[in-house]
Amino acid sequence: MATIYIDGKPYETKDGINLLDTCLSLGFDVPYFCWHPALHSVGACRQCAVKVFKDEKDTKGRIVMSCMTPVADGMRLSIDDPEAIKFRASVIEWLMLNHPHDCPVCDEGGECHLQDMTLLAGHVYRRTTLKKRTHTNQDLGPFVNHEMNRCIQCYRCVRFYKDYAGGKDLDVFGCHDHVYFGRSRNGALESEFSGNLVEVCPTGVFTDKKFKKHYTRKWDLQAAPSVCVHCSLGCNTLPGERYGTLRRIRNRYNQSVNGYFLCDRGRYGYEFVNSKIRMRAASVKIKGAAPADEVAPELAISEIRKKLNGTHEGGIIGIGSPRASLESNYALRELVGAENFYHGVSDTVFNMMGEIVRIIKDGPVAAASLEDVREADAVLVLGEDVSNTAPMLALALRQASRNAPLAGLAKFKIPHWDDAAARNAMQGEKSPFFIASFTGTRIDDLASEKPYRTAPDDIARLGFLIAHELAPESPGVPDAGEEEKSLARRITVALRNSKKPLVVCGTGPQSIHILRAAANAAWAIKQAVPDARIAFSLPECNSMGLALMDFSSGRPVSEALKRVQAGGAKAVIVIENELVESIGKEGAEEIMSLPCSVAIDFIATRTSQLAGVALPAASFAESQGTFVNNEARAQRFYKVMQPQNKNIQGAWRWLREIEAALGTAKQCPEIDALTAELAKKMPQFAPIADRAYFPPPGFRIAGMKIPRQPYRYSGRTAMHTHIGMVEPKPPSDTGSALSFSMEGFYDASKKQKIPSALLTHYWAPFWNSVQALNKFQGGVGGPLLGGESGKRLMGASGSDPVYFTDIPEKQKAPGLSGANNRGLFAVPLYHVFGSERLSMENPAVASLCPEGGQPFIAASPRTLSALGLNKGDTMGLEIGGTVFEFKTVADEEMAEGLAGVFVPENGNIRADLAGLYSKLPAWARFL
Amino acid sequence: MLALLRALWLILLHTFKKRVTVQYPEQKPYVPPRWRGRIILSRDPDGGERCVACYLCAVACPVDCIALQAAEDETGRRYPASFRINFSRCIFCGYCEEACPTYAIQLTTDYEMGEYRRANLVYEKEDLLISGQGKYPGYNFYRVAGVEIGGKAKGEAENERPPVDVRGLLP
Repeated sequence: MATIYIDGKPYETKDGINLLDTCLSLGFDVPYFCWHPALHSVGACRQCAVKVFKDEKDTKGRIVMSCMTPVADGMRLSIDDPEAIKFRASVIEWLMLNHPHDCPVCDEGGECHLQDMTLLAGHVYRRTTLKKRTHTNQDLGPFVNHEMNRCIQCYRCVRFYKDYAGGKDLDVFGCHDHVYFGRSRNGALESEFSGNLVEVCPTGVFTDKKFKKHYTRKWDLQAAPSVCVHCSLGCNTLPGERYGTLRRIRNRYNQSVNGYFLCDRGRYGYEFVNSKIRMRAASVKIKGAAPADEVAPELAISEIRKKLNGTHEGGIIGIGSPRASLESNYALRELVGAENFYHGVSDTVFNMMGEIVRIIKDGPVAAASLEDVREADAVLVLGEDVSNTAPMLALALRQASRNAPLAGLAKFKIPHWDDAAARNAMQGEKSPFFIASFTGTRIDDLASEKPYRTAPDDIARLGFLIAHELAPESPGVPDAGEEEKSLARRITVALRNSKKPLVVCGTGPQSIHILRAAANAAWAIKQAVPDARIAFSLPECNSMGLALMDFSSGRPVSEALKRVQAGGAKAVIVIENELVESIGKEGAEEIMSLPCSVAIDFIATRTSQLAGVALPAASFAESQGTFVNNEARAQRFYKVMQPQNKNIQGAWRWLREIEAALGTAKQCPEIDALTAELAKKMPQFAPIADRAYFPPPGFRIAGMKIPRQPYRYSGRTAMHTHIGMVEPKPPSDTGSALSFSMEGFYDASKKQKIPSALLTHYWAPFWNSVQALNKFQGGVGGPLLGGESGKRLMGASGSDPVYFTDIPEKQKAPGLSGANNRGLFAVPLYHVFGSERLSMENPAVASLCPEGGQPFIAASPRTLSALGLNKGDTMGLEIGGTVFEFKTVADEEMAEGLAGVFVPENGNIRADLAGLYSKLPAWARFL
Repeated sequence: MLALLRALWLILLHTFKKRVTVQYPEQKPYVPPRWRGRIILSRDPDGGERCVACYLCAVACPVDCIALQAAEDETGRRYPASFRINFSRCIFCGYCEEACPTYAIQLTTDYEMGEYRRANLVYEKEDLLISGQGKYPGYNFYRVAGVEIGGKAKGEAENERPPVDVRGLLP
């Protein structure tokens, strides 16, 4: 701790940080542009000037840039010094020299850091009559709009895009007041984090192109804390609604998870909520009639009751979903009974999830949060293509790759926040970073040596070898080659010499051996380095929640199929699930052809089209619930808006209504009561009953709820008048402490803290932009004052590891000839834009899907030529007895003999490809 | 008794004073040009819609009776796709006019807006948009703004230099 004097008053502050950080953390309003809590200081904009005095007697002082000046004990500075004020006013005046007269048509207006800082620094009138510099714009693709005139040259965009996110195609060009931030030519930004430019840019140079299509000011957006549904990481989001449609998604700060950023899939994937594929009415299929009839919800329920009549409880099976909330899965499990509840995932995924739960629960190594990943200083990635399956994990790994060299900067006396100096001193040096994968990944540039490209089982063998090197009691790999061994040795040395080693793996390669190998490796490292961590990437947003439901006694959907085939079921209820993907077309048809089949989903799927009764569920934006992310952190998401019509309701509520209709009625409680019930009945979910992390519906501050709408929310008395003159009462929300109103408690003054789990927007006097966040943090970049939002369900056990001993054989050399005639090993490939069903409903996301959204097979050019194929040819592959035809793509990085199968999940994939991933990886015969 | 007589006397005196009431509606009172009456949306001198759908009128409105939705035409020009004022709520304070950065929304001297049905007091964009410039002739926001729209490329606005050639090395 250091004591500093600001304008004569003493304050306690942290050592080793800079003055700007200190002043903001203490609650002072110092204007700044180029500094960003995650990007740190470069001293480019000169806006954060303050005056520093030598000692008590010094009255003259000198002006310094607060972002570049380290804090020292006993330091005296002045923010309110007239000279410093004048300095800052002149700086903003010249930054504004060329700024266009755009605010009314600029999307940043109302949440613009430049607007805020202009007011804060006291610049009001434009004195100059000089002509303004102009720039032409570029087309930067479907996500980000470019308006270069508005630039104030703070360099934040390139510092984020290149330095932080590792992008290569956005840069700064030109010289003096001509500097230009853009690409060398028009074209879509390549980085999957490009959407963050919108939040990073302090002005309106980069704005949200999708939001522009249905633009609304920040103050008109009704928002609620939410959790991203597009991958397993559970990034915190703030979706905004206006006039009944979801308008945009913004980052919600959670230090332990996503921090300041989101990936483009999470930011732009929301369009499915508004899309045509939403189910908006209940439908009942009359026998013989092809399209199902839309009916009133009560009719659908009575239809279900009629069909279920006489079916004793055991005759109904329920198929839960990794996409549905804990509450919906629980309601289904309660309705049908635990013994009739099946996990709606393929056998492969089911087994992998079970193994991951066991690894986290029983193993000595804790699962890493994204914060842990950002702090790691040595990384081993086994098999998982994280940039495509869990993009924010890739971004966190990129930060981890800087930690080892950053720690070495102490000898140069360069503080970590002096970004330009630190990067210069590091000279591209990286933390030890090892990648084993089938093909090229977008984090290959971080690797310390050439990534190891090989088949899944060989990747697992590398993991087992490393484990054995570190801990001889873990099983060795008897027939390991010299090359494998020496690689394992190099990795072992690097991991052992680190302080926070991390092993990354996931369900992407669909290989249980890789998971076991990663666990062995992490457990073995733990013997040498206590801070070892393991990170998993999982298939869906609530995969972990579903797996935890019945981690010892659960059953996958294939068991349900067997039961149906054996005649052991008369009715089936499926929630928020596409069975075709987990069990294939025939299987899904067989299950859904039971006398009574009910599908509850928010989008129309093949499963819902097969169902006798389809019920429209609420999407994440219209319902409340809990998701459990990849590190078993339970996080609550709240209703952002009311469902678009009265037919739509949460899946859990449909299930409770069916239950009531069957006469086995429990009351139809509020969602929060359901959550409490579930936490009570299932000890593995007990932490979600902790009210400190999940405030109860009765929670009030000063007797008030927390408003979903900012207090400037406009148009209340005119937005409904095209329907009727009577202004409707705001919907009541009995399930949470949030209100559908602008009235309620909202205060940024740090006196009364709004729980982080309930923070609906960031605003403070003078701070309209997203930078208002610093008013809600204990210290800039630190945890939120309102406490953590979300809670880990399980940590590491203290027990000794029980190593896995099941070591796979070396993958046979691909038999392009000989006994394994024309055999290829087919492995699943993923793409950030294309491998997730919901985000593909946004045409902008779909447009970035590789190969125009067509399925393909990627193989190395050598493999292709051995098969006598050219790229672009159609290839026939027999996988598991079925023949599939694909276009071929040459992939230089692909391991020899592997065939990477990519099937985009865009809702209109060829019927024969549905469920193909559940069969991978597998030997395939080339035809 | 005395008070009563005094009152009668005063009333009698008033019958000889000049009348302030006029025979409305046959006779209209004088209304100053800055009267805050019925709200309109005006057009710029080139005939384009002045409103750029910036939402400032809506947020300035103390009774929240303005609701609109922005849209953009294919050339990048912002306009309101819908614009609604609920005059049954409007208090004619004029804050919307004050907030308007483009002189689009203006209060006029028309106050004869009585309706038998409240729903008739909800004015949509076609009811609000007039064909003239209203009180403030001559101003066209897009001539001073930096954004590019149809008919005005970058660098062609008032007080602007032509676009920078980024590849040029000259000072």
